[in-house]
Amino acid sequence: MKNSKPQFDSYYGKPVLKAPVWSPLDIGGYLFLGGLAGASSVLAAGAELTARPGLARAGKVAALGAISASAAALVHDLGKPTRFVNMLRVVKPTSPMSIGSWLLAGYGPAAGVAAATAVTGLFPGIGRAATIGAGLLGPAVASYTAVLISDTATPAWHGGYREMPFVFVGSAATAAAGLGMLAADPAEAGPARRAGLFGAALETVAMHQMRSRLGLVAETHHQGKAGKLLKAAEALTIGGAAVGALLGRRSRLAAAVGGAALLAGSACTRLGIFHAGVQSAEDPKYTVEPQRA
Amino acid sequence: MGVRRWIESWPVYRQLQGEDPLGRGAAVTSATTERLTPRTVTADRVAKSVCPYCAVGCGQNVYVKDEKVVQIEGDPDSPVSRGRLCPKGAASLQLTTGESRRHKVLYRAPHARDWQEIPLDRAMEMVADRVLKSRAEGWEDEKDGVRVARTMGLASLGGATLDNEENYLIKKLLTALGVVQVENQARVCHSATVAGLGTSFGRGGATMFLQDLQHSDCIVIQGSNFAEAHPVGFQWVMEAKARGAKVIHVDPRFSRTSALADLFVQIRPGTDIAFLGGVINHVLSNDKYFHDYVLNYTNAASIVGEDFRDTEDLDGVFSGFNAETRHYDFDTWQYEGVEMTAATGDRDQGYEEHSSGGESQHRAGKAEGRGSGGVGLSGKPKTDPTLQHPRCVFQILKRHYARYTPELVSEICGTPVEKFLAVCDALTENSGRDRTSAFAYAVGWTQHTVGSQYIRTASILQLLLGNIGRPGGGIQALRGHASIQGSSDIPTLFNLLPGYIPMPHAHANETLDDFVKADAAETGYWAYMRSYLVSLLKAWWGDKATVDNDFCFDYLPRITGSHAHYDTVMEQLAGNCKGYFLMGENPAVGSANAKLQRLGMAKLEWLVVRDFSLIESATWWQDGPEIETGEMRTEDIGTEVFFFPAASHTEKSGTFTNTNRWVQWHEQAVEPEGDARSDLWFMFHLGRIIRAKLAGSTDHRDRPVLDLTWDYPMIDEMGEPDAAAVLAEINGFDADGKHLGSYKELSDDGSTSCGCWIYCGVYADGVNQAARRKPGQEQDWIAAEWAWAWPANRRILYNRASADPDGKPWSERKSLVWWDGEKWTGHDVPDFDTDKKPDYEPDEDARGADALSGKDPFIMQGDGKGWLYAPAGLDDGPLPTHYEPQDSPFVNALYPQQRGPSRLVFDSEHNRYHPTGSKVFPYVVTTYRLTEHFTAGGMSRWTPYLAELQPEFFCEVSPELARERELEHGGWATIVTARNAIEARVMVTDRMPTLTAQGRKVHQIGLPYHWGPNGLASGDAANELTAISLDPNAHIQEDKALTADIRPGRRPRGADRVDLVREYQRRAGITDRTGMEV
Amino acid sequence: METQPRMGFFTDTSVCIGCKACEVACKEWNAVPEDGLNFSGNSFDNTGGLSADTWRHVAFIEKPVEKPAEGVQAVDLGMPTVGQSTPDFQWLMSSDVCKHCTHAACLDVCPTGALFRTEYGTVVVQEDVCNGCGYCVPACPFGVIDQRENDGRVFKCTMCYDRLGAGQEPACAKTCPTDSIQFGELEELRERAAQRVEQLHADGFEKARLYGENPDDGVGGAGAFFLLLDEPEVYGLPPDPVVTTRDLPSMWRHAGVAAATLLIGLAATFLGGRR
Ligand SMILES: Nc1nc2c(c(=O)[nH]1)N[C@H]1C(S)=C(S)[C@@H](COP(=O)(O)OP(=O)(O)OC[C@H]3O[C@@H](n4cnc5c(=O)[nH]c(N)nc54)[C@H](O)[C@@H]3O)O[C@H]1N2
Ligand SMILES: Nc1nc2c(c(=O)[nH]1)N[C@H]1C(S)=C(S)[C@@H](COP(=O)(O)OP(=O)(O)OC[C@H]3O[C@@H](n4cnc5c(=O)[nH]c(N)nc54)[C@H](O)[C@@H]3O)O[C@H]1N2
Ligand code: SF4
Ligand code: SF4
Ligand code: SF4
Ligand code: SF4
Ligand code: SF4
Ligand SMILES: [Mo]
Repeated sequence: MKNSKPQFDSYYGKPVLKAPVWSPLDIGGYLFLGGLAGASSVLAAGAELTARPGLARAGKVAALGAISASAAALVHDLGKPTRFVNMLRVVKPTSPMSIGSWLLAGYGPAAGVAAATAVTGLFPGIGRAATIGAGLLGPAVASYTAVLISDTATPAWHGGYREMPFVFVGSAATAAAGLGMLAADPAEAGPARRAGLFGAALETVAMHQMRSRLGLVAETHHQGKAGKLLKAAEALTIGGAAVGALLGRRSRLAAAVGGAALLAGSACTRLGIFHAGVQSAEDPKYTVEPQRA
Repeated sequence: MGVRRWIESWPVYRQLQGEDPLGRGAAVTSATTERLTPRTVTADRVAKSVCPYCAVGCGQNVYVKDEKVVQIEGDPDSPVSRGRLCPKGAASLQLTTGESRRHKVLYRAPHARDWQEIPLDRAMEMVADRVLKSRAEGWEDEKDGVRVARTMGLASLGGATLDNEENYLIKKLLTALGVVQVENQARVCHSATVAGLGTSFGRGGATMFLQDLQHSDCIVIQGSNFAEAHPVGFQWVMEAKARGAKVIHVDPRFSRTSALADLFVQIRPGTDIAFLGGVINHVLSNDKYFHDYVLNYTNAASIVGEDFRDTEDLDGVFSGFNAETRHYDFDTWQYEGVEMTAATGDRDQGYEEHSSGGESQHRAGKAEGRGSGGVGLSGKPKTDPTLQHPRCVFQILKRHYARYTPELVSEICGTPVEKFLAVCDALTENSGRDRTSAFAYAVGWTQHTVGSQYIRTASILQLLLGNIGRPGGGIQALRGHASIQGSSDIPTLFNLLPGYIPMPHAHANETLDDFVKADAAETGYWAYMRSYLVSLLKAWWGDKATVDNDFCFDYLPRITGSHAHYDTVMEQLAGNCKGYFLMGENPAVGSANAKLQRLGMAKLEWLVVRDFSLIESATWWQDGPEIETGEMRTEDIGTEVFFFPAASHTEKSGTFTNTNRWVQWHEQAVEPEGDARSDLWFMFHLGRIIRAKLAGSTDHRDRPVLDLTWDYPMIDEMGEPDAAAVLAEINGFDADGKHLGSYKELSDDGSTSCGCWIYCGVYADGVNQAARRKPGQEQDWIAAEWAWAWPANRRILYNRASADPDGKPWSERKSLVWWDGEKWTGHDVPDFDTDKKPDYEPDEDARGADALSGKDPFIMQGDGKGWLYAPAGLDDGPLPTHYEPQDSPFVNALYPQQRGPSRLVFDSEHNRYHPTGSKVFPYVVTTYRLTEHFTAGGMSRWTPYLAELQPEFFCEVSPELARERELEHGGWATIVTARNAIEARVMVTDRMPTLTAQGRKVHQIGLPYHWGPNGLASGDAANELTAISLDPNAHIQEDKALTADIRPGRRPRGADRVDLVREYQRRAGITDRTGMEV
Repeated sequence: METQPRMGFFTDTSVCIGCKACEVACKEWNAVPEDGLNFSGNSFDNTGGLSADTWRHVAFIEKPVEKPAEGVQAVDLGMPTVGQSTPDFQWLMSSDVCKHCTHAACLDVCPTGALFRTEYGTVVVQEDVCNGCGYCVPACPFGVIDQRENDGRVFKCTMCYDRLGAGQEPACAKTCPTDSIQFGELEELRERAAQRVEQLHADGFEKARLYGENPDDGVGGAGAFFLLLDEPEVYGLPPDPVVTTRDLPSMWRHAGVAAATLLIGLAATFLGGRR
């Protein structure tokens, strides 16, 4: 027993922190879908401006669908869903969730109008304005969730707050790219394929940097659920981007496979990050040791 | 709400208004927040109350809104508690208003499988009928040819949780009915205290009070888990510690008390006499005693008769022992040249030669009788002020303890020599003119076969050190329940009448005068016993009590031998006792050998349980352990069971007497709900119904009931009797109907009445003195104007001893009362005749208080002295001597005599004892309390906020024992004795250290005893393991030191459990003779 | 209101008797539900830690006292010790509670304004506003605030906000038998605490230290601070907690750059002629 004494003291091995009470699917999904929506809006706006109607429509519909599902996931996760509106009681700069809520309050309708006009073909002018608006808000939608989770005491999240937004926008780009590759004619989907490469590269580099900054806490990226998910995420993201870039232009099937891989990879990244956070909160080592250092 | 207001209430709008732009403060407050008002403010009224759990007696404020109690919290005005409450006190709201309480009367018909609800009034009628039937069946006009006029057909148990007024009515009614088997928790809890302190100092109560501990320079906590069992009282220990006092805890295990002590000293359970005897030896052989105090205030100089032989001479027994009867004859213990009169404490001794009832008649638990009275004597003992005479008490003491050396202490107690010496040094350095030390103990001392002698040992030590009657000095007996002290003073005890007047034993043709002559001293304050008794008889039988009929003295039933709690169980098993009242006691869990308790109840015709919820003593016939093992079948059990829901302390008014004799009134806050009624209501109406049923009877047996004064005013529609009227009766009246002011006003001619002489003054001037609540902050530490303390509102007993023989304080720092040239005065009410000069010397023929000199501080004692040596009064010796517990892994290292020779043992197949040093039962077991639970659990296991804090029964073992027996931390263990087998979760902890005694290691098993099968937090009861073996003075059980085996895993179920125990008995070679030897 | 000084707790664990009256009094006053009947085996702690249903929590630590290395003169800690067969021993008890941080992460991140700072400087949840988003839970660097199952909202110590309004002491402090929990003006408590540590040091308790009283620490000082007899982590407390929102501006900056990176990066994918 003597030798196995841990390097640090703890209270019966109990966590110092409370792990997030969020359900992984709800909130992992919320992060993923928010990223998908935000980046899709950017892609859609680009497609709109560069006359790629198929890619544009796919992006707009995806953005609306994703942001709606994301909001639904969030509301579903609330302890008191009926009190969702209380999110708009205050404007709190110190609360990423509050800022996020207001952001969504602006972005959601824009994405909605953009999608609705695209599908119905009505009011093209308004639709275009909405598309550009959503496209400009999109990056914020994609990145604020990184702040949201980093702005906690959860060691694996807070410790990576500098890189987290880059991981998140990278992951958002790959998701939107994946969706574009899946839904749009490969002929129009060139930007999506390039976005896939861009996102995968950004995410991979940022993730690497984040781990080196996390030090001891980075262990949580290699253990348990988080370890499996992040490993899968890496393979899917890099693989998906590569397949898309190399084969996606020629083969619809390859585009679809690459796109699906990118989407799945992005989802795995978010879930992996989520679980890494939970794991880092549940073991007091990750709270105590960095604070002692 | 208009749009405008709606917008204005929108926090974003308020944020924009600027005061709180970030939205983290005032801007975001909600409607509910704005309306927030504490219910302590909105309450309609606040009732002043007292915590119903333990004897600290913390003040409570009970907040009432819409006739419901909405909050209970500490009363900051209380000088005892200063507004604080421990977890139990803090859970009182849940206790009294929670869902676990029952509000309907339940009835179980003979052989029925289940309860049924019946109306309250019908239940009352039924119970009254059964009382009368069993009373008649068990009636005895005579016993062995001597008049007893009593019934053995029914019994009653419980009282320590009840109000004094309730105990008073129970005792009054049952005595008038001829019931003698009336007992309460005092028997199993602190009876040894009364015997130990009473014989030493004259009164059986703690000599000091909790707040006074702050003035101690050293506090030795031994035999008590002070911080856990009296948490709010412990603040005064912390106060002392903060002022620099040394706090020492001597205990078998490391508890929350040890954690806060300066020094923890481990001791083997059952060996404190050896330990304290060692300290006495240290004090005597190093001349560390307080010479002037010892010489003047103790009986050190008194000379003992020539025939006395010490245990040192007789291999561990004193002279006078009769091995046949297992009793001592006390003659040889007497002082030289002083003929013992029938002593006050020993009371019945004068009758020894004449009585026809045989030895046992006067022996039972009579030391209880010293609750407020020492053993008296007439004449003056010879003394040697040089303390050199070989037969003077001082020299006898020296010789008796000479072999109790540090090394021997260490061998017996398992205490390291350095630690033992550290205690000696701390005590001697902190005693003397300028410093005082206190001892605090509780049931770690009382519950042994030599419990009374434990307390005697501490008394001797404190007398030698000069620590009695002085600020910060004394012996703090930490008593148990909220009114355990009260239920001893106004006793629901078989051997006592109120105020420690003995119950008369059966003697032929005994008159009141015979009784008084035989049982009362002629000197000291017991000389006035006739006044106390006549006034009591007047209180009970009013105008019917006249000079001509000896004031109805013959209305009192007579006792023969012991009718104590455990004897009653034997009577039940024998089929003689057929009816049983359990009024706030849970013997199926709380009493030793719980199985015997249940088997006894299964033989009853009827059982009445009054409680808050369905405790084990109410449901054993349905789901008790013996039903599970198949030893009993519900349908075979003929006992009728009545369950009456009791009213809680918030639902009735009355007084509790706390551990320091403070009589504190608690006000009713609300009416009880449903069928719940106070015990006062129950007793009063039961008496009313019985009296109505007997009306017109000409049977002489019924006269005492019919002649009883029983007309208390009722204060509400339910018919609740006025508790204040009962208290006023207890206080007493003079011939003109005026409230008496002091027991000195009592007379023996029938002109005064008084229900309990030591409480006389509690209603002085017609004012309920117990309800006085002058805030502690506005008084000095004595707090004389908070409530009322018996006797005569004195807070520190024997406080004459705080001054030197000339009447001057021993030192300025330790002044308390003093002679100011004209009278005794000071901070406390002097425990002395205020005008008796220090140099007063009595005449030869002086009697009563006048027979004591101006230097005799122990005014209840016949000789006015503190007794180092008890020439009479105890059934097991004039001096404490170390004996091993009934079940012990060790032979007695001091004497061939293994156990206390006059201890009481019972032969029953379910009460087998262990052989000494048995390898089958190799471990030492002790039982104790946890802060979070209360006693047998009725008030904590049903209370969610307490239950969750200690949810399961567990045993504590050392890592070594866990290894030896492969016990897994958090797993289960089975613990076995010759009585039963139980299971407990395993807590492996360094707090339960292994002992090294007599050169070998012995492991201990610790068992908190609060659990039973019912309630939210349930588990086996530790008392399944304990045996009935008793202290001969007090009839208290030994449940603090026993032996057992422990093994991993859960206990067997069904019949296998019984087999396991039999198997153990066989392996250990146990027979019906084992452990029964003298 | 401006003149209302900041109120707080000084919990002096060196006089705590582990009675748990504070836990019970809190529950009684706030009608907090029972927290489960679980035997933990962790010394006498069966409630486990602060939670939505336990707002005061008493920790129990059984600890052999470290023996000084050989050659080093043993210092008598003045603590009680267990005899012979076991090592010298300490049983630490400490009542934990919400720290009512000067910079309170829970409050900062709350999106609804359910959490707010009162005029006493305390941090309180408004039950009628909380939507159970759970954000405050991982935000708290002390692991205090938590969500109640079957209710969804979060709960924690309010420092008896309602009682303070009526000039009454919090229920836990009022009940504490040994005054281990002291309630009062924070400034005054800090002075008292400093004296107490000094005294303990003089008495040989070398490891005695204050925890959370320093206004310059990561949370700007706690409104409820402690005197500990050992390292904070022994009691389950973080050794050097930092309010997460201290880094929030930097987080936003990084997020901004990331957002821009995304915008530019994606825009770039449309550059060039290839479709
Ligand atoms: N929380 C709580 N408080 C209570 C009660 C309760 O049940 N719970 N009950 C109340 C009642 S009824 C009573 S009587 C009091 C009792 O109060 P205490 O007597 O303080 O209670 P216990 O824990 O039974 O026993 C005290 C200590 O005696 C030790 N001990 C056992 N055997 C020996 C021995 O031979 N020698 C020595 N020196 N020590 C020994 C035990 O280890 C234990 O620490 O508490 C009252 N207060
Ligand atoms: N092994 C072992 N056994 C012990 C002890 C030990 O230390 N070890 N200690 C012994 C001691 S000191 C004691 S005092 C006993 C205690 O043992 P018990 O007295 O049997 O235990 P309690 O649970 O206190 O039972 C009192 C009952 O009174 C009820 N009650 C409370 N208030 C009222 C009221 O106003 N009216 C009515 N009618 N009922 C009320 C409570 O709900 C409770 O059920 O246990 C003894 N047994
Ligand atoms: S149980 Fe005893 S110490 Fe606790 S609050 Fe009640 S009276 Fe006070
Ligand atoms: S301790 Fe946690 S819950 Fe309490 S104020 Fe600080 S951040 Fe909020
Ligand atoms: S759970 Fe409630 S208190 Fe916590 S952040 Fe969300 S709304 Fe605020
Ligand atoms: S201050 Fe009030 S709410 Fe906070 S722990 Fe104490 S009693 Fe509970
Ligand atoms: S009430 Fe006081 S002494 Fe009891 S556990 Fe809480 S802080 Fe410690
Ligand atoms: Mo007791």
